[in-house]
Amino acid sequence: MPQSADKVLDHSDLFREPEYQEIFERKKGFEGGCGAAKVTEIADWTKSMEYREINFKREALVVNPAKACQPLGAVLCASGFEGTLPYVHGSQGCVAYFRSHFNRHFKEPCSAVSDSMTEDAAVFGGLNNIVDGLANAHALYKPKMIAVSTTCMAEVIGDDLDGFIKTAKAKGSIPEDFRVPFAHTPSFVGSHVTGYDNMLKGFLTNFWEGKTRVETSAPAININGGFDGYCVANNREIKRLMKEMGVAATIISDPSEVFDTPADGEFRMYAGGTTAEQMDAALNAKGTVFMQGISAVKSAEYVEKAGQKTISLHCPVGVAGTDAFLMAVAELTGQAIPASLETERGRLVDAITDSQAYLHGKKFALFGDPDMLLGLTAFLLELGAEPVHIVCTNATKEWTAKITELLAASPFGKEGKAWPGKDLWHMRSLLATEPVDFLIGSSHGKYLERDTDTPLIRIGFPIFDRHHHHRFPIWGYQGGLNVLVKILDKIFDTLDATTTDSASFDLVR
Amino acid sequence: MSAVLDGKTRNKALINEVLEVYPEKAAKKRAKHLNVYEEGKPDCGVKSNIKSLPGVMTIRGCAYAGSKGVVWGPVKDMMHISHGPVGCGQYSWSTRRNYYNGTTGVDAFGAMQVTSDFQEKDIVFGGDKKLDKVIDEITQLFPLAKGISIQSECPIGLIGDDIEAVSKKKSKEIGLPLVPVRCEGFRGVSQSLGHHIANDAIRDWVFDKADYNAPFESTPYDVVLMADYNIGGDAWSSRILLEEMGLRVIGQGTGDATLKEIEMMPRAKLLLLHCYRSMNYIARHVEEKYGVPWFEYNLFGPTKIAESLRGIAAFFDDTIKENAEKVIAKYTALSQAVIDKYKPRLAGKTVMLYVGGLRPRHVIGAYEDLGMEVVGTGYEFGHGDDYQRTTHYVKDGTLIYDDVSSFELEKFAEKIRPDLIGSGVKEKYIFQKMGIPFRQMHSWDYSGPYHGFDGFAIFARDMDMAINSPVWGMTKAPWKK
Repeated sequence: MPQSADKVLDHSDLFREPEYQEIFERKKGFEGGCGAAKVTEIADWTKSMEYREINFKREALVVNPAKACQPLGAVLCASGFEGTLPYVHGSQGCVAYFRSHFNRHFKEPCSAVSDSMTEDAAVFGGLNNIVDGLANAHALYKPKMIAVSTTCMAEVIGDDLDGFIKTAKAKGSIPEDFRVPFAHTPSFVGSHVTGYDNMLKGFLTNFWEGKTRVETSAPAININGGFDGYCVANNREIKRLMKEMGVAATIISDPSEVFDTPADGEFRMYAGGTTAEQMDAALNAKGTVFMQGISAVKSAEYVEKAGQKTISLHCPVGVAGTDAFLMAVAELTGQAIPASLETERGRLVDAITDSQAYLHGKKFALFGDPDMLLGLTAFLLELGAEPVHIVCTNATKEWTAKITELLAASPFGKEGKAWPGKDLWHMRSLLATEPVDFLIGSSHGKYLERDTDTPLIRIGFPIFDRHHHHRFPIWGYQGGLNVLVKILDKIFDTLDATTTDSASFDLVR
Repeated sequence: MSAVLDGKTRNKALINEVLEVYPEKAAKKRAKHLNVYEEGKPDCGVKSNIKSLPGVMTIRGCAYAGSKGVVWGPVKDMMHISHGPVGCGQYSWSTRRNYYNGTTGVDAFGAMQVTSDFQEKDIVFGGDKKLDKVIDEITQLFPLAKGISIQSECPIGLIGDDIEAVSKKKSKEIGLPLVPVRCEGFRGVSQSLGHHIANDAIRDWVFDKADYNAPFESTPYDVVLMADYNIGGDAWSSRILLEEMGLRVIGQGTGDATLKEIEMMPRAKLLLLHCYRSMNYIARHVEEKYGVPWFEYNLFGPTKIAESLRGIAAFFDDTIKENAEKVIAKYTALSQAVIDKYKPRLAGKTVMLYVGGLRPRHVIGAYEDLGMEVVGTGYEFGHGDDYQRTTHYVKDGTLIYDDVSSFELEKFAEKIRPDLIGSGVKEKYIFQKMGIPFRQMHSWDYSGPYHGFDGFAIFARDMDMAINSPVWGMTKAPWKK
């Protein structure tokens, strides 16, 4: 009997016990499988160049993509506003998925409602659902705002959010002056970052449309982080940096509190977030910085139309990325970059000098969102590491141009190749046929790690199988240090694990 | 007696309290889903399987989740196309812990997200051609796949695609079973209709296409273990007991199942049904058409395990009956050691449950084996027959909540302050912040198995860990005490 009360065996050990191994063997007799030899033969073939060629000819099938759908992004964006309830118009299952997706990443509650459209709504439209849904959500959850986005069901049948929300107000579901920013977020266009951008534009429009902008004389700017799995820590880091610079920065959409509330006996459905007053004032700011510029095209366009300068960055990971961020802020506001930040910068450079010998020439594969990949690639190049395969499922033309340019500008980028629109099954072929030393990406990369023996450094979204990573920034000089340590830890752990039987198992590295 | 009365009065007051906050129309509807169980009644006194109210933060999912996420997804040697936009498959990718043996991407395809990734042009012009191509590409890249299922996402039914026609045509072409499933998320009121549709697809596209005249060496002891999704290995820690009893498990499903094992259902002498809710439809069909009886068993906690093993054995001869007694006897020492170790730490603790499928009733016995008391329970997507079956498990005065909203569950928990809540990941972090110990009872909180005697040890350890963690003593700062 394998199990005991004294030493309770978990699944990871229990099923290795002989009793269970025997069961597995017996079960094979009923499974109708094709035998171990055939499995090995095909497994080897899937790692061949021949397979890679067939794999890259795919036109319709998508396997293990590194992207999600629009309304997920809309929910994250909406969560960053004070007292705001994300509301998704359409089928209810989607919202269950969005909530659990964020639960698993942040290990935090995620509040969002659906208006549960079913067959009748498919035929008659979802107006009644919005009328009842807004009334119920308003009564139960007492939000300050309700931010409406859509599932693909509502988009396919062509529901008109603007009209529906006006009708709901006219029918008394919610007060006339109650704010309901909204965005159409069809899942069959773009990805989660597109939905984030659309929802953000929805908020900007709701607050700014028809208002006259009077630019402030104060050093005040807006910053938007985009769809960022590290928003909790990154936003706090940005606020700290701005304080150091004496800049009054409004983070437009700031979920850093709502996805990091304390365990003190009270559940806070709403916490922190950009306030309505801040949003009103944000129109008059000197400009808006988009930390993930490629994924903020529509919002940036709207902000420019409103008369503001915009600055489009690409996830400032590392030295030059953070330099560019701070210099952009300095230029917008006229505030000098203080000595304290120069010291921070020096510390990151110092850390790199200490470790560069372990990084130089190491080959990397990366996957993730467009701006994140630009930021990480830039940092790897700074470290003397060599990005080789860069897979971006939700790439845009702008991304492909920018990453190609970035790689071309560095001698360490010569071997690098951008793979726009490809998925992680393509990446599997790349890693199998052109191996690299390390892989950077979300938890979904663990299957690639297993299949191709490429150690995975978890940076991205979602991170499901490691805890609390999102509590540490990856932007700014401090963030650069965190990313550096993540990479180095994996390098050293791998070096130790592969040298246990040799003299190279060094104490000092 | 007075404690029960007080509990009942309190629970009734609690229900009124939460209903007061709703707009009138919604309050009227929700009132039918909340009640207090009265001893002796044939059901729990709640309505169920009705549309969720818009805007109330239901915990439910959709038909796609019921088909791809529950019934079909775990069939390991088939590829399951999440047919439509990218999201549904992405969010349900490897998140349900349906354990399986096999080489992923080669002869097993569980932990993969396979999608047709609809773009705008597919919505406008239809997705049938794309599906055709997706199937071709699967056969090129995954030659060991034994079949392909097409899991419809919302747009499929709305744009008028004919996935059945594509399936028929392609099945002939490629010589593999294709299973189109009409589990668009907007169908029905929860996951539940998805289960039903998925079951019907087994009937129409697996059984009706299989050749049951082909020779098969049967024995009198052939069973199929079904509707166990092998979460954390549950089906394995169940199977071990069945085999020890001398039964021959000729198929397991759908956790760690192959298509061939699914086909075995009509060949069995008895269908052993773990999750009644999600697969009773196909069990009833097999009973009607092939004359195979089915039995709903419960392998949570030693009391129910013994009851179930005896119940299963009753379908067979004396050898099996004697074997069942031997198996129960063999594991008594283990169960007793587990109870001796954990009961003193858990006795008297109260539990609130809110889960799907069968767990709102089936796990009650396991808690009771540890001296714990379930004071509230409810189903995400239960039907009337679930609430009838629940009466065999719950005590007088138990608070019952069907399709509970986050708002209601929080209010109930705030007032009742149970020692433990067992529900899903969407609820977990809410209650932990409130200082209430919590275990995920869908995914076993990444632990398990919980089935069988081996699983009971893990279950008891996990509940103890949750309740008796030192962290709960730290939620208030000492200067606030």
